[in-house]
Amino acid sequence: MADVLASPPKTSPSEPGPRHADPAGTVHEGEGPVRRDFLKLAAGSFAAVGVGVLAWPFIHSMNPSADVLALSSTDVELAPIAEGQAITVMWRGKPVFVRHRTAKEIQEARSVNVGELRDPAPDSARVKPGKDQWLIVIGVCTHLGCVPLGQKPTDPRGDYDGWFCPCHGSHYDTAGRVRRGPAPLNLALPTYAFTSDTRVRIG
Amino acid sequence: MAEGLHDSDVSNPVLRWIDRRLPVISMVQREYGTFPTPRNFNYFWNFGALAMINLVIMIATGVILSMQYAANTGLAFDSVERIMRDVNYGWLLRYAHANGASMFFIVVYMHIWRNLYYGSYKTPRELLFMIGVVIFILMMATAFMGYVLPWGQMSFWGATVITNLFSAIPVVGQHIVTWLWGGFSVDNPTLNRFFSLHYLLPFVITGVVFLHIAALHITGSNNPLGIEPKGPKDTIPFHPYYTSKDSIGIIVYLMVFAILVFFMPNYLGHPDNYIPANPLVTPAHIVPEWYFLPFYAILRAVPNKLGGVAMMGGALVILFFLPWLDSSPVRSMRFRPIAKWAFLLWSVNFVVLGWVGGKPAEQPYILIAQICSAYYFAYFLVILPLLAKIERPLPLPESIAASVLKHRGGGPLPSGATAKPMEKA
Amino acid sequence: MRRSVSTLKAAVLLSALALVPAGAMAQGHDEIHLPDTKFSFEGIFGTFDRASAQRGFQVYKEVCSACHSMRHLSYRHLRGIGLTEGQVAALASQFQVQDGPNDNGEMFERPARASDHFRRPFPNDAAARAANNGALPPDLSVMVKAREGGADYIHALLTGYADPPPGVTIAEGMHYNKYFPGHQIAMAPPLNSEGQVTYADETKSTVDQMATDVSTFLAWAAEPELEQRRAMGVRMIIYLAILGGLVFAVKKKIWARLHQREPAP
Repeated sequence: MADVLASPPKTSPSEPGPRHADPAGTVHEGEGPVRRDFLKLAAGSFAAVGVGVLAWPFIHSMNPSADVLALSSTDVELAPIAEGQAITVMWRGKPVFVRHRTAKEIQEARSVNVGELRDPAPDSARVKPGKDQWLIVIGVCTHLGCVPLGQKPTDPRGDYDGWFCPCHGSHYDTAGRVRRGPAPLNLALPTYAFTSDTRVRIG
Repeated sequence: MAEGLHDSDVSNPVLRWIDRRLPVISMVQREYGTFPTPRNFNYFWNFGALAMINLVIMIATGVILSMQYAANTGLAFDSVERIMRDVNYGWLLRYAHANGASMFFIVVYMHIWRNLYYGSYKTPRELLFMIGVVIFILMMATAFMGYVLPWGQMSFWGATVITNLFSAIPVVGQHIVTWLWGGFSVDNPTLNRFFSLHYLLPFVITGVVFLHIAALHITGSNNPLGIEPKGPKDTIPFHPYYTSKDSIGIIVYLMVFAILVFFMPNYLGHPDNYIPANPLVTPAHIVPEWYFLPFYAILRAVPNKLGGVAMMGGALVILFFLPWLDSSPVRSMRFRPIAKWAFLLWSVNFVVLGWVGGKPAEQPYILIAQICSAYYFAYFLVILPLLAKIERPLPLPESIAASVLKHRGGGPLPSGATAKPMEKA
Repeated sequence: MRRSVSTLKAAVLLSALALVPAGAMAQGHDEIHLPDTKFSFEGIFGTFDRASAQRGFQVYKEVCSACHSMRHLSYRHLRGIGLTEGQVAALASQFQVQDGPNDNGEMFERPARASDHFRRPFPNDAAARAANNGALPPDLSVMVKAREGGADYIHALLTGYADPPPGVTIAEGMHYNKYFPGHQIAMAPPLNSEGQVTYADETKSTVDQMATDVSTFLAWAAEPELEQRRAMGVRMIIYLAILGGLVFAVKKKIWARLHQREPAP
């Protein structure tokens, strides 16, 4: 210890161009008393915690802001939609499919063995009670986010009369459930409620 | 050891593998670890590190803010208010960015003041100093364009007045102004390009800062005595001595910063900038941000358009010539009994310039601005060259170590020449 | 030692002086002295008096909002002065806002929802001027931050109407106000009689009380983050003080090693 203390700092520039500093001249951590190591540890970790806490506002600022979270809802008038027709409305920047199903389509959706589905859900869980003819789903393929075809009469509706995603070939049935292709899940259901027999509020 | 690889001292095998191929660890070790640094820095030497940290804070908050900001005259003011109200912690980021600009100037002004007092601009550090002046000018441009972005009244009229400075240039002036505006007044094209440049320039500054540091590490730092280190006894490794000393400065800096951001976030701003820009009405009393006021005062001191602009520009440009205007071989003002007072007076003079810059353009403020502007230039052009010839400096200590150790014992100080202010710390 | 003290002092002084120009500026050039109103949100630990702010919103709604917009606020923001979600929804539904276009391409009116912005009294600035003798009633969202004196100024202005002193002539359609810069204001005294607004909480609605309440509301509207900001600030300062102590101890310890190594001669 004594000779350590007696030795001068080992860095040795002999002139203003201090490029020749000896890299071995670092003062080694071990030589200080224990108190300093503890202090250094305490100060270091305290500072690290502070930096960590301060990072949060930066990260959180990129989360949805209050105005985005306070989304307005979308009202949809159902009366003009004839049986067999579908319309697309915008909600939260995404398309929502509102489909007026025919009796045949409802029948198709009901007759499926739920247990065999990739994402098992009975048709009754896909619609509101007593409103079997109205299927309302978010029109975003659960594979990688494309909008499936099947809204227009001229669109392909896939092998199950529902929707067909042209990007990677997922097929959805008349309850918006995935039946074939790479999509893992059924088309998602938005939160919605019937405000009258012919009006629905999404959101 | 394989041919062509760097000879690394790092012991950790992974880090060593990297370091032998790209010696960044060795470089940091060499430039910030063992880097031999004069042992007698006082706390004025904190401001370089503080400026670096401030730059990082400004870029971090600015990049995040730009994700929410809309550079369009119809949306800018509203998007800033949305940041303040609806974006998570948006108010914190915006206030930190706005007050960060003020902190940046406080820090850089102190850094420059230290440079001028201790003669750090003198040989061999002339280029280091000139690069610093370039950084200062880039900062001013960045700050000015940033202030335009919220598109309040002061933003708009500040932009109008400052861009109109260029119209003082003979013949082509008006064309340059139209070109700057991208139209016939400060408008949407102006706002868009200012936003683009405001985003770009900080990265240019970062690049120039690296040049500044590279140049610093060639010559090494100056120190309060203004004499070069003569041997190992005069220097200490940068780490842990100056990392720990800088840390204290950082805490004090953050305290001041926090007080501004959390308790008086609009103190350094102007209420008029919370009024949306209106091209039809100029505010009754327009002033630039506080950090421009000394230069603004010089501009207004001259009752001639071109003259005023030239003087204001000259107040900055003259700094590039300072290393040659002051030809005294003694750096530190501690050993220059006359120059020291001339410089302290210059410092007060600069603050007075800032004060009159914020006053209306009427008497007696114009007269004060004229006197102070005259002294600002006289200091550089007359006093320093003259003193270099006639002043008799005090005797310099033989070495840094000798000076430091002499006063450790706390004996009586001879002539104050070799004080070590940080002894207590 | 003496010199070291003086350099440090110079440093402190210079940094302090750096702040002076702005401070001096903030005093303004027109020497109108504003009376100091006692507000609940003053000081480091001050908070917005929720009841006062809610009454202030009532004053804004029933008096000011006839001419002044607050376009940066939405009804949902009123949660910040203590309204519940249900109260906000009920309040919003009292207002009709424009929406659309509907399927026929027409704009239509519907009851406001919490997410809607405050209803604006005029569709645009030109309409606002036309209805107000050419004067534009300014938006009040950030008014407290946009005027020297802030809430004190708002309160003073609202209670500062008086007969013009002798020798001062007031233009047609203008009003004398002690605290308005130039003393001629286009706005007629908005708060002019006790009981103009009927408070639900039985606070007596004197002109002064209404002015205080609406100033509180506007102060909140301009700086809704104020309470959170100061609370964070206090925690930040405490944190920095502790960290500062630790860093100082570490620094001292590190430098002591250097000093030990070379004892004073």
